[in-house]
Amino acid sequence: MLKALTSRLTQAVLVMLVVTACAFLMFRYVGDPVRVLSREDATQEEKAELARALGLDRPVLVQYGGFVARVLRGDLGVSFRNQRPVATLLAERLPATLELVFAATVLALSLGIPLGVLCALKPDSVLARAVQALSLVGVSTPTFVTGIVLILVFSVGLGLLPSFGRGQTVDVFGWPTGLLTASGWRSLVLPSVTLALYQLTLIMRLVRSEMIDALSSDYVRYARARGLPERYINFRLALRNALMPVITVTGLQIGSLIAFAIVTETVFQWPGMGLLFIQAVSFADIPVMAAYLLFVGLLFVAINMLVDVIYALVDPRLRASAR
Amino acid sequence: MTTPALAIDNLRIVYPREDEEPFVAVDGVSLSIAPGEIHAVVGESGAGKSTVANAIIGLIDKPGFVDRGAISVGGRPLGSEGARLGRDIGVIFQDPMTSLNPLFTIESQLGEAMRFHLGVTGRQARARSLELMRAVGIPEPERRLSAYPHQLSGGQRQRVVIAAALSCDPKLLIADEPTTALDVSIQAQILKLIRDLADQRGLGVLLVTHNMGVVAEIADSVTVMYRGAAVEQGPVGRVLTAPQAAYSQQLLAAVPRISEKLRRFAVLSQEDEQAGAARRRIAADYGAGRRGGQAPLLEVRDLVVEFRSGGLLGPPRVFRAVDQVSFSIAEGEVLGLVGESGCGKTTTANVVAGLVRPTAGEARLAGALVAGKGARRPDEAGRILQMVFQDPYSSLNPRLRVGRMIAEPILHHAVAASREDAAAQTQALLEAVGLSRESAQRYAFAFSGGQRQRISIARALGPRPQLLICDEPTSSLDVSVQAQILNLLKDLKDQTGLAMLFVSHDLAVIRQMCDRVAVMQAGRIVELADADRLFEAPRHDYTRNLSDLIPRVENARARAEGRSTWQT
Amino acid sequence: MIGGLRKAPLSVLIAAGLAVTIVLVALAAPLVAPTNPLDLASFNLIDAELPPAWVEGGDPRFLLGSDNQGRDMLSAIIYGARVSILIGGGAVLVAASLGVALGLVAGFVGGRLDALIMRIGDVILSFPTILLALMVAGVARAVIPDASGPKLAPFILIGAIATHEWVQYARTVRAATMVEAQKDYVKAVRVIGLPTRRIMFGHILPNVMSPVLVIATINLAAAVLTEATLSFLGVGMPPTYPSLGTLIRIGNEFVFSGIWWIALFPALALVILVLAVNVVGDWVRDRFNPKLRGRKA
Repeated sequence: MLKALTSRLTQAVLVMLVVTACAFLMFRYVGDPVRVLSREDATQEEKAELARALGLDRPVLVQYGGFVARVLRGDLGVSFRNQRPVATLLAERLPATLELVFAATVLALSLGIPLGVLCALKPDSVLARAVQALSLVGVSTPTFVTGIVLILVFSVGLGLLPSFGRGQTVDVFGWPTGLLTASGWRSLVLPSVTLALYQLTLIMRLVRSEMIDALSSDYVRYARARGLPERYINFRLALRNALMPVITVTGLQIGSLIAFAIVTETVFQWPGMGLLFIQAVSFADIPVMAAYLLFVGLLFVAINMLVDVIYALVDPRLRASAR
Repeated sequence: MTTPALAIDNLRIVYPREDEEPFVAVDGVSLSIAPGEIHAVVGESGAGKSTVANAIIGLIDKPGFVDRGAISVGGRPLGSEGARLGRDIGVIFQDPMTSLNPLFTIESQLGEAMRFHLGVTGRQARARSLELMRAVGIPEPERRLSAYPHQLSGGQRQRVVIAAALSCDPKLLIADEPTTALDVSIQAQILKLIRDLADQRGLGVLLVTHNMGVVAEIADSVTVMYRGAAVEQGPVGRVLTAPQAAYSQQLLAAVPRISEKLRRFAVLSQEDEQAGAARRRIAADYGAGRRGGQAPLLEVRDLVVEFRSGGLLGPPRVFRAVDQVSFSIAEGEVLGLVGESGCGKTTTANVVAGLVRPTAGEARLAGALVAGKGARRPDEAGRILQMVFQDPYSSLNPRLRVGRMIAEPILHHAVAASREDAAAQTQALLEAVGLSRESAQRYAFAFSGGQRQRISIARALGPRPQLLICDEPTSSLDVSVQAQILNLLKDLKDQTGLAMLFVSHDLAVIRQMCDRVAVMQAGRIVELADADRLFEAPRHDYTRNLSDLIPRVENARARAEGRSTWQT
Repeated sequence: MIGGLRKAPLSVLIAAGLAVTIVLVALAAPLVAPTNPLDLASFNLIDAELPPAWVEGGDPRFLLGSDNQGRDMLSAIIYGARVSILIGGGAVLVAASLGVALGLVAGFVGGRLDALIMRIGDVILSFPTILLALMVAGVARAVIPDASGPKLAPFILIGAIATHEWVQYARTVRAATMVEAQKDYVKAVRVIGLPTRRIMFGHILPNVMSPVLVIATINLAAAVLTEATLSFLGVGMPPTYPSLGTLIRIGNEFVFSGIWWIALFPALALVILVLAVNVVGDWVRDRFNPKLRGRKA
């Protein structure tokens, strides 16, 4: 356990090192901030002045050290595009993305697990077959297509739900939330369904296959041989084993949900970090890109660690060796 | 007459097949087990013995079904109104490692059947669990109750499985190969436990096994199955000493015995005239290439193999798999390496074969240093030493034709002058091991386990080796196939003068094959002696213990005369 | 694998037929498509935004309608599918070759080389495909002039997708290689004294290839999807040489004005193509490696 945790930590540090180095390299060499920031008709002197102001003339390692130090202080630089601190920009956008991802995860888990169990227990039922077929359509449909179709049907066609923005928000301790207003909820429906659909199919398929594995295992055979009730075997014995990998996968899925949020936010013009990032990519706004990379890297590392800890608490095989 | 614990009447189990006649897995089997009686069902793989057990517990693999026949337990038919699984019937499976759910405690898994079938409270279940754990001989039961399966050893887990099976005081215990996954010493304990439980509790036991020794030691009566039918039934003493059916006679003749060495097993040979002729031609090559001199062919001195693990935090854990092992093999001699799993016998063989690097010590093959400090394995070592492995399924490359597999070492070591010559030699080798020439064109999946071992032997013989390492070559085979393969190896040895390092956990097989025997325990050789001396008068305690604990089919005679043989 | 199709259920046969047809039609685009959408002279603004032929106001010359510049949608889709398939297939090929080679070496040689390859893989897998691909494509566009042009963009996309996907092959092949290396047939050829390279490529490689083929089938669908997503987000193929994703991006701007066919038909084509490949891939996976079921990374 201790060994597993150390190797995890080492890996986390490694990932963060690689990520900061990438972010720095991007920041320093890729964007050519001078060209982006100066006017079309700027003179050489004006450009050199700007480069000095941005600190681009110092040695590389000094710049990297300064970069890391600033990042650790929470100073992620200033956006080339709108001249505001990147940290502020991210902080503004974070609540929107987190609410979207949270809603999608809840949706995906609350539907995915029961459906997966159903497909494993009654593989020949009409419902299970339909769910299976639909799940294949689900993994084959890219998020943006789902979004466009939902907009076409529910916004353009039926005029039922808003197709962009997050509606009215209310500040709760400085966190602007859309979960307290009717328009906020209405705005959340389409984006969160869009984002959840892809994850839903993944979780459903995982639960199904894990459940099938568990049901064909020796210990379930042995439980049957002791005449235990079918319900008890399915929902207490097998389900617990089947849900173990779901912990890991859900954790990792939250990571990719944030990535997929880029697409969803683009389709629905949802004012989250993904939209910020995509706008940064098209404007070569390197500080924002780099900061986003740093943030996502940190988030993934944190989620991975959290998943490991939860797993260790839940799985007796790991828990015991921790003692 | 008392009500039988189990009565099976004219059972027939059928598997429907696409485009073919249905496969009859069990046909017309009847048997009856009295309370306190252990009834063994024996047979080779595919005989249908496990299918009979699965029919009683309602776990026949799809699409099979019970076509006809009646099963009753304690006088009542199966079903929710009659005899119920878990309450009236207890079951133990072969592998204790996978029978228990890794995520639940022992207490939960012991108590659940009682709660459902007897309706007892948690506290009552706990009290009874403790009692059961004492009854099956688990030390410190209070502490073990809250343990998880992975914290228990294999033998303890099987005891827990038995305790759980007994939790509702069943009339019948079904044990499907209950000790096959266990080492000899633990096997002896578990078998004794089952015998005691049957005697003390009046439990009827249906024991499914392939091991005749186990039957001879603890069963009262036996059913011999062959291709779904019961070919012979009766008390163990009579069936095992004076079998009536032709199949039973064949089966018993194939069982290797520890008490005497046979020249060959008296089983039907599958080989024809051509095989003998082909073998003689190969033997002729050996006559020409014989090495002179008195020096041993293989000499192993002070061999040590250590495996390291961990090391990032704290000191690395060192496991000494082989500890100061020395032995030698003369030309044409067969040396046996025997011991329980994990004793280091296979690791030793792997060092000699060049598959594992030793930590210290050395091995010399035909005078050349092949393992140890400064050893640079000469190419010739890859020719004069060949190996036959345990698992017939993993030892042949599934993607290559048999012919290419056999020809490759011949060509690599330039034993053949040309590709045509290699192909001709390949065909001769296939004939020599009792297979047809056409086998060369096929892939491994087309062959049975025994045939695959023959291919392995043909491949090993290709470069005309002088030392053959056999690592458990028959452990995965049925007993009659084992007898044929052992006969083939005996013939090859007699005709070519091939020396062998024969690794096995099975003392009886070692007895039949070896001139000298080294007994290994925890990485060390504890006794090394001529086979006859070692088996007739073992000197080391461990050797004596091992040979006492092995279930012996010979003991059926003593059982027939009403004497108890179990010596633990 | 192909021979096994004879026993496949009807749905898989239909999907396989569909996938093969789409791929063939797309690859033969210049021969099959009614017009050449890349040829600016072949279309006219007068024909812009015509609905599909069966809808009121449709024109039989434009079966699936026309886009905002008067291009025939059917032709645009056929040409777009060709771009999508070539990029997806290219990404799979690059990722599989790289992954198999690295996985084989890592699994058989082991030691530090193995640790290095696998740690790099771990870091890469810490990020979802789409994010990494966005980063790679984004950075490439900033560094290489004309990276978003039609000549370089396909290669950048292939590189961006393969950067992430090779790890999956490498991990699978490494694990399979380590299993195979422990098998007795490998020990047998080691005892004989065959050279390492011959053992690796002659004996182990053929035995680790079937999971690779399974992953490659499923991966093809995923790669096509990733390409489409990148193009949709505007970091993929340019509008002058559109893939299916680019077409959907263009169409997305017209969705609100009720001109649905410009976005919907390319989207439909994309989903059908990916679905067909996925149905076949799923069947292949279940058939050849039941243990892989549902373990999609």
